[in-house]
Amino acid sequence: MAHKNPWPDEGNTGHIWDEDLRELDNPPPLWWMLSFYAGFVSIIFYTLYYPSIPLADGHTKGLSGWTQVSEYHESVKELNNWRERKFAWQEEQMSALSVEEILKDDELRTYAVKTSKMLFGDYCAACHGASGQGNPNFPVLVDDDWLWGGKVSQIVTSITTGRIGYMPARGLMGNLTDSEISEVAGYVLALSKGKGEEPAVAAGKAVFAKGMCIACHGPKGKPFAPAGAANLTDKIWRFSADKDDIIRTITYGVNVKKNGVLIAHTRSGVMPSFKERLPNAEVNIKRLAVYVHELGGGL
Amino acid sequence: MSSKEDLYKDNHQTGSLLDDMDMSNKNLQSIGVELLPLHTEGTVHAKRIGGVFRQAKNLVMIAWLAFFLSPYLTWNGEQAILFDIANGKFHMFWITILPQDIWVLAMLLLFAALALAAVTAIAGRAWCGYACFQTVWQDAFTWLEEKFEGQPNKRAKLDAAPWSFNKIKIKLPKWLSWAFIAFMTGFSFVAYFVPVHDLWARLFAFQWSLTETSIVLSLAGATFFFAGILREQTCMGFCPYSRIQGAMIDTETVVPTYDIDRGEPRGRLKRAKPGVEVPVLGDCIDCNLCVAVCPTGVDIRKGQQFGCITCGLCIDACDSVMVKLKKPKGLIRYASLAEFAGKPFVAFVKRPRVIVYTSIMSLAAAVIVWGLLSMSPIDVKVLHERAPLFVLMSDGTIQNKYYIKVVNKTENEIKAKISVEGISDLTFVVDKVLFVPAGDVGSAQLLVRVPEKDLKKTDIPLVIKVTDEAQGITSEYDSNFISPKKR
Repeated sequence: MAHKNPWPDEGNTGHIWDEDLRELDNPPPLWWMLSFYAGFVSIIFYTLYYPSIPLADGHTKGLSGWTQVSEYHESVKELNNWRERKFAWQEEQMSALSVEEILKDDELRTYAVKTSKMLFGDYCAACHGASGQGNPNFPVLVDDDWLWGGKVSQIVTSITTGRIGYMPARGLMGNLTDSEISEVAGYVLALSKGKGEEPAVAAGKAVFAKGMCIACHGPKGKPFAPAGAANLTDKIWRFSADKDDIIRTITYGVNVKKNGVLIAHTRSGVMPSFKERLPNAEVNIKRLAVYVHELGGGL
Repeated sequence: MSSKEDLYKDNHQTGSLLDDMDMSNKNLQSIGVELLPLHTEGTVHAKRIGGVFRQAKNLVMIAWLAFFLSPYLTWNGEQAILFDIANGKFHMFWITILPQDIWVLAMLLLFAALALAAVTAIAGRAWCGYACFQTVWQDAFTWLEEKFEGQPNKRAKLDAAPWSFNKIKIKLPKWLSWAFIAFMTGFSFVAYFVPVHDLWARLFAFQWSLTETSIVLSLAGATFFFAGILREQTCMGFCPYSRIQGAMIDTETVVPTYDIDRGEPRGRLKRAKPGVEVPVLGDCIDCNLCVAVCPTGVDIRKGQQFGCITCGLCIDACDSVMVKLKKPKGLIRYASLAEFAGKPFVAFVKRPRVIVYTSIMSLAAAVIVWGLLSMSPIDVKVLHERAPLFVLMSDGTIQNKYYIKVVNKTENEIKAKISVEGISDLTFVVDKVLFVPAGDVGSAQLLVRVPEKDLKKTDIPLVIKVTDEAQGITSEYDSNFISPKKR
C-alpha cells in the first residue's frame, strides 16, 4: 500500500494499491443506511420480545411470553370451536339417534364415516390395520364374516364391552387325541371347501361330534348365532387356513388359561372394552360402529 | 524471476478481448462498457403531436377502456367475467372453469408469452410501445398533465419553480384526476374477483374487507406512482419484460430507426450567402423534434437503444417535418439493421424464430380449443382402495373397494347413477344415487364383488360409468379389479 496520496481531493480512503488502485469512500444511500440501522433496532426488539437466547437449561422466555406450541394449541382450539359450531346439528343427532337410525340416514352416515378415520387410526388400527384389513391373528374388518355379528348394533356391543374368545383345548371335554385332532382338522378344511360330506373325511366328522365341537360351531360347522365361534363352512379363517395352524388351534384352544395364566401355544384373542378408553365414548362408539360397518363387510 | 513489467506485458497472444483494448485509460467506455444514452435530467416532458402512430396509440388506449367496463357485462344475469376465488369458479361468459381445468389458463399464458415473443421478433417492442398498461396509463396521465399544466416548456418551468401555494393550486387538479384513474384501476381489477355491483354498494357502506381495501389501495398507489411519477423509468429500471424483449430482437427485426446514410451530416438549413460555400448536408435538419416527442427522452438518431420502447412517435414527428421540407418521408422509419446493411428482406415464414414461436403458439391454441371442446360437464375420479387391495369374502368371492368423486361443473344438481362394467358376473354395491349440487363435489364408496371362478387374471380392467339421465351426461373412468394370485 502506498503511503502517499496523489488524489487527496477525490474522497478516497487513502488505501492505494499498485500505484493507482484505490478505495473510494462512497457511502450507501441514506435510505439504505436507515434501513440498516432499523435492522439493528429490530434485532434488539426481537431478542427481547421473543424467546431467543439459548441457556444451559432452556432459553430466555421473551417479554411477550409467546411460544410456538402455545400458538399451535390456540389454533387447534380455534379449529375445534369452529367444528363444534359448524357440525353442531350433526353432533346433536349423533348423540340423540340410535346407531341404526344413523346408519339409515345418508347424511349422518357420511358424517360418521368421515369423522371416524382418525379415531379408527388412533384406537383400532394397531390391531385391525389402518383400513381394517386386519393383521396376522387379528380379525379383518372389511370382510363379511363376523364372529360376534356384523349388524351395526352388534358392532356397538363389541366395541363397548370388548370381546374375549374362548375355545377349549382338545375339544369341549379336553379328551381328543393327536390323531383325532389331525382328522378333525382335515374335516374342518373340507367343510370350508364344501366337501364335508365326502367319505374321506367321515372319521373327522365323527371326531367333530365326539369332541363336542358342535356345541359352539353347530352340527354343520355353522354356529346358530354369532357368539364368538367361527363359521367353519365359509372361506374365511380366524387364524389361518394352514392345516398345522388348525391343529395348533384345536390342540391348545383359544385363550385357555391354567391357574389364571394363558397356557403355552394357546391362541390369544382379546378385544378390550373401549367404553373407558375412548373420549366421549357414547357418541364415538356409534361413530366407529358405523365406520366399521361401512368398511365393506357390514351386514 | 520475471519482473512486474513482464507480467503485465501485452503480448497479444491471449486471444482475449483485452488484447485489443487500450488499457492505459481505465474509463468505462474504453473497456467495452457502452454508455447508453439515457435521459437523466429529471422528468421527461414530451411534446404531443399528431400522426399515424399517435392515432394507433390512441386506438389502443381506447381499447384499454374495456378493462374498466368489462366487469359490468352480464351473462345470464350474472357478471360475465368473474374469477370467483372463494368458490373456486372462473366464469367467462358461457364457460365456467374450475380449479382442475386451470391448465387451460396455463396454455393461455403460454400462448400470450409466445405471441409477445413472435411480435417482438418481427416488429420489436410493439407491446411496450403501444399496448403495455405502463405506456398507456403514462400516456393518459401525461395527456391530463398537459390539459392542466400546459405545454412541455411550461411544465418544466413549473417543475423547476419552488413549492408555493400557487404551484400546488395548479398541480392539484392533475393529482386528483390521476388519483381518480388510479383508484378506478385498482377498483376495476378487484371487480374481476368480487361482483362489481356488490363492491360499489359495499364501498359506500364502508364494508370492504381488509383484503379488498388493501389490494385496491395498493394497486391505486402503484398506478399513481408508476404512471404518474416514475413514468419511463419503470421501463428502464423496473420492467423485466422490456429487458427480455431487447434480447429477442435480432437484425431482421424492424424497429423505428434513423436512416444515418440519408440524414447525415445533419445540420440546420441555411440560406446560401454569396461567396460562402454551402456545406453538403443530409436530410436531418437537427430540429430535435424526434427527441422532443419521445416519451422516454431518448435520441433515436443514436441508433437502437434500450430506452426506446418503439412507439413510433419520433416517426410521426420526423415525417411531419419532412413534409414541410418537401422531402420524402421515412428519414426515421420502421426498418431493420439488415436493411441498412443492404441485405435482402427475409420473409417472416423463413425466419427460424418466427417459425418456432408461431408453432408453439398454434400448439397452445389447439390445446385450448381441444380442452374447451372436450371438457366434460362432470369430472369423475375413481380411487382404488390400496389397503387392502382386495378382500376375501365368506363365500369365496373377492371384493374390491373404490372411492368415486364426481365434480359437477354444470349449473344444475345432478343425480349420478354409478354402474360398473367389464366382468361378466360381477356384482356391485354403491351406497346411493349420488346427488351433487351445482359446482360441488360428491363422493361415494363402491364395492365390487367378483366370484372366484371369473378371476382368470390378478388384474382385470373395469369401467366405472357415471350417468345423469336427466341431463344426458355420461362419464367413464377406467379402473381395474385386483385379486390374489391363485395357488
